[in-house]
Amino acid sequence: MSHTNLPDQGSAGGATRRPPPPPPGRNHDWREALAPSLISLLSLLSIILVFGALAWVITSAEQWPRIKLQFFNVDAMIAAFPRVLQGFWINMRIWLIVLACILILGIALAVIRSLRAPWFAPFRLMVILYIDLFRGLPVLLLVLLFGFGIPALNLPGLPSSSLFWGAVAMVLSYSAYVCEIYRSGIDAVHEGQWAAAKSLGLTEWQTMIYTILPQAVRNVMPAMMNIVVALQKDVALLSIIGVRDAVREAQIYTASTFNYSSLIVAAGLFLLATIPMARLADYITRRDRARRLQIGG
Amino acid sequence: MPRVQLAEVTKYFGDNLVLDQVDLSVAQHEVVCLIGASGSGKSTLLRCINRLVKADYGDIYLDDVPVTDESFGKVGLHKRIGIVFQSYNLFPHLTVLDNLTLAPRKVHGKSKKEAEAQAQEQLDRFGMGRFAKAYPEQLSGGQQQRVAFVRALMNKPDVLLLDEVTAALDPELVGEVLGIIKELKAQGMTMVIVTHEMGFARDVADRVCFLEGGRILEEGNPTDMFNEPQHERTRAFLDRIIEAGRL
Ligand SMILES: Nc1ncnc2c1ncn2[C@@H]1O[C@H](COP(=O)(O)OP(=O)(O)O)[C@@H](O)[C@H]1O
Ligand SMILES: [Mg+2]
Repeated sequence: MSHTNLPDQGSAGGATRRPPPPPPGRNHDWREALAPSLISLLSLLSIILVFGALAWVITSAEQWPRIKLQFFNVDAMIAAFPRVLQGFWINMRIWLIVLACILILGIALAVIRSLRAPWFAPFRLMVILYIDLFRGLPVLLLVLLFGFGIPALNLPGLPSSSLFWGAVAMVLSYSAYVCEIYRSGIDAVHEGQWAAAKSLGLTEWQTMIYTILPQAVRNVMPAMMNIVVALQKDVALLSIIGVRDAVREAQIYTASTFNYSSLIVAAGLFLLATIPMARLADYITRRDRARRLQIGG
Repeated sequence: MPRVQLAEVTKYFGDNLVLDQVDLSVAQHEVVCLIGASGSGKSTLLRCINRLVKADYGDIYLDDVPVTDESFGKVGLHKRIGIVFQSYNLFPHLTVLDNLTLAPRKVHGKSKKEAEAQAQEQLDRFGMGRFAKAYPEQLSGGQQQRVAFVRALMNKPDVLLLDEVTAALDPELVGEVLGIIKELKAQGMTMVIVTHEMGFARDVADRVCFLEGGRILEEGNPTDMFNEPQHERTRAFLDRIIEAGRL
């Protein structure tokens, strides 16, 4: 049970009798004092050694010059960079729009699935069928089916762009997962919260919106961050239906020059975007766990 | 005229008979304590009264109107019966003030300003005024339970249901919550109280009901019940309680 931050009363009354904290370094063996910096020095040394050895083995290999020419050709990288970057910009935009749609659709599906009123039953069933269907199919298959198939139908009144329908396929597929994540977060909210809200006269819908969902979203933040990162990479799947994203642009360059350095450029851009997000996800997970421990203890 | 009346209320959970034709009537200003072993159906009985649990058979009346009656609408019943739970059940993502004003605003259509003024006034009354902006997890158990009382009282209900409201508290915090209940009794609040604090029940109850196996096995005024219980099983239960040092 955590209490409000009362001033520590012990230190007010008995401070004079208590010995002060020892100054750093006194009573300490110099070997002990040196130990922390020694340890970090040692780990730094071993990192340099191991990675240096690896680099040496790779670069001194007989094939290295060929590998370098094919994959790490600086001239080719510089030449490909502007177009790959332009493609990557498209990746980012698609990612953000698709992500927004997924988070909204996912939460709507989870709410429908979690409401218990009888007249919701047919909608609940529809959501269950939806999840079974779209979770069971590879995203790649859906992207092909939607991105090529639907524009080929020439449906009047509907967009005929492959990009649009490919993005729809990703939204539909990912929403099925995201719905299940939200739902686990909703289920994790204590039953007493429902009872309290109901006893105050809130309807089931109001209970969901004002009391359950906000807690559920907080519950699933760490899991959702992983989805965000995974989606950022999977947007590249749209290159298969001709969307000129980073991967596609790199591929075009590769096809005309038989040099793969452009793909390495694209890889670098993806890492530049995903690694900070993965760190952020770790941070959110850690903070969340700390919060839980604090409440629990 | 009884304020709350239960007639042959019966409830099953699956095949498990939890309430077995319970009759109970609570007069205006009366304080009734429900005692009995864990699993004897006390919480279920309490929750049937405000329809958190729907009884399978039997009737429940509030001022002679069935609680299922249309005239209560969706909102009216909850305006007239408040409940406080063992585990406080405050909304952890809302401040104390928002916990108190959620129902008045969303259910009873009060303006934010009006609801907050009323909430602040109630908080002040319970000595919790300076915690309006705090989140529940920043409060002690006793303070949280006090907020839960304020929340249940926001609509000025006629009847208050209390389900082991001190059971989750550290011993030194029990007193402040029991004090609230005594004060409410002094103000004439009609209450149905589930409790394991027998000393308190003896103090505050006008009538004590002993439940076992979903039936009210024995009821009477606290002095008689605790000094000379009529029923064999009541005696056994009270002996166990005395052994546990709670009487
Ligand atoms: N929601 C529920 N679903 C199924 N069984 C329940 C539910 N609530 C209570 N019960 C059962 O009903 C019986 C009485 O429970 P309860 O009213 O909580 O007793 P008490 O409050 O006296 O401890 C117990 O056997 C309990 O397991
Ligand atoms: Mg109980």
